Amino acid sequence: MDATVVGPAAAGPTGSEAPEANRISHPLRPGRWLAAGVTALVLVWLGWTVAINPNLHWDIVADYQFDRVILDGLWVTVQLTVASMVIGVVLGVVVALMQVSDSRILRTGAMAYVWFFRGTPLLVQLIFWFNIALIFPEIGLGVPFGGPKLITWETNTLVTGFVAALLGLSINEGAYMSEIVRAGLRAVDPGQQEAAAALGMSRTKIMKRVVLPQAMRIIVPPTGNQFISMLKTTSLVSVIAGADLLTVAQRLYLTNFEVIALLIVASIWYLVLTTVASAGQYYLERRFSRGFGTTVPGTLRGRIARNLRFSGSAR
Amino acid sequence: MTAPMVRCRALRKSFGRLEVLRGIDLTIERGQVVCVVGPSGSGKSTLLRCLNHLEEPQAGRVYVDGELIGYEERGGRLRPLPDARLRRQRESIGKLFQRFHLFPHRTALENVMEGLVAVKGVRAAEARRRAGELLDRVGLADRAHHYPAQLSGGQQQRVAIARSLAMSPKLMLFDEPTSALDPELVGEVLEVMKDLAASGMTMIVVTHEMGFAREVGDHLVFMDEGLIVEQGPPRDVLAAPRHDRTRAFLSKVL
Repeated sequence: MDATVVGPAAAGPTGSEAPEANRISHPLRPGRWLAAGVTALVLVWLGWTVAINPNLHWDIVADYQFDRVILDGLWVTVQLTVASMVIGVVLGVVVALMQVSDSRILRTGAMAYVWFFRGTPLLVQLIFWFNIALIFPEIGLGVPFGGPKLITWETNTLVTGFVAALLGLSINEGAYMSEIVRAGLRAVDPGQQEAAAALGMSRTKIMKRVVLPQAMRIIVPPTGNQFISMLKTTSLVSVIAGADLLTVAQRLYLTNFEVIALLIVASIWYLVLTTVASAGQYYLERRFSRGFGTTVPGTLRGRIARNLRFSGSAR
Repeated sequence: MTAPMVRCRALRKSFGRLEVLRGIDLTIERGQVVCVVGPSGSGKSTLLRCLNHLEEPQAGRVYVDGELIGYEERGGRLRPLPDARLRRQRESIGKLFQRFHLFPHRTALENVMEGLVAVKGVRAAEARRRAGELLDRVGLADRAHHYPAQLSGGQQQRVAIARSLAMSPKLMLFDEPTSALDPELVGEVLEVMKDLAASGMTMIVVTHEMGFAREVGDHLVFMDEGLIVEQGPPRDVLAAPRHDRTRAFLSKVL
């Protein structure tokens, strides 16, 4: 876009006379100016209507932003996200290792898991876990296939809203993570395993010290996206009274009817969480690209902006 | 022990219906440098892979330093060695690759330390010291903290040699160690290999560098279609090949 202007022959080679600087006249781009003008206008207009609209009740938003109940919900959302992601990643690694195993039974088991949990909607799975007591009224430890039980619990006391949410989110996440981990494992040059084996390393050490660290470079960026997506996906558990941020916001507006104000309160918190997570993702990626001579593309600010987009269109 | 360093007996390997090794007999004495040459697809690389059991042969035996590789013999039957013992065997056989296969997420120094720390259980400080010495030996002390991607191919292969040496191998296998290098970088790697040979290391080198074979090799093996066609002192084989196939191959590469 910028015209690079070569300086006059200050340090130039001699021979011909000093070259004259290029005179480049950039054409006017009226279309672009028009579009920019319209965009600016729309932004200002949006800001103005939002600011002055009496139905938005900014004073009530301010009242509830740091409300005890809202903060409790926020804490549940954070806990749910972190716990589901941790369990999901562990499940994903295990299932991915099953998928690349030599045993056909392990591979089939892994395939069935991914097939089932990616093939049904998360919302359905959540409702299912919440109502699991309808299928298994009791959960016990003992001999399988109808043998004697050592100890039993009533399912309804065991599977609370939070537990059902955790089960649904993490098991679903595991299915997606396994695909991400598998792609990472496959991206590592098989020669790496051979070189490590030739040094006398055991299979476990080869996986832990050679293959996984390199696969991480491939695994981390989409996992960051999964985490950020999970922050927002936790709002689904409001259908099973998960006590998360959206659930408590809904409970509040069902009593005081400030629907919009409380949805704005929740949205502001979701934005804050996503922004913080995007920053973390940026530094994590930088850490795992060591030795690959590439810097993590983009800037921290660009990364945050990208993650704020509607997740359906981003990927 | 006066057993030869390597003894192959009737070694056979096939992939599906493709017979890659069709009965290899080979004996290599301690301290010998053996160069293996032959057209691509003749089974040279597979032979090396069988020597440290990265590939399981269908028939035949490999002995390194008098020890049967990959199996134990009980009552006339072979059983696969337990993993830990196979790893012990591999540890004592260095292997170099055409594409180096350094660990890209570790610096040159960490690459050389890796085997010491992860396999031999040497403490980090001690491993660091020894790795430093080995890098110095291959002339790369000043590149210790570079990642492989920041090194030239020749430098990478020299780091790989240091990584291998860290395990104190009694035998080193080189699978076309200079084939992936720019011509001007071949010399530095061959120089390091020459020093190794002079220090008495037993080496098997699959190579297309006939100059190296003539100058450094004690023994030259020519393979074609899974068989050893001809072998002997490099000067004799290169100057006066007895077999038509050897002659045809050498006329193309010399």
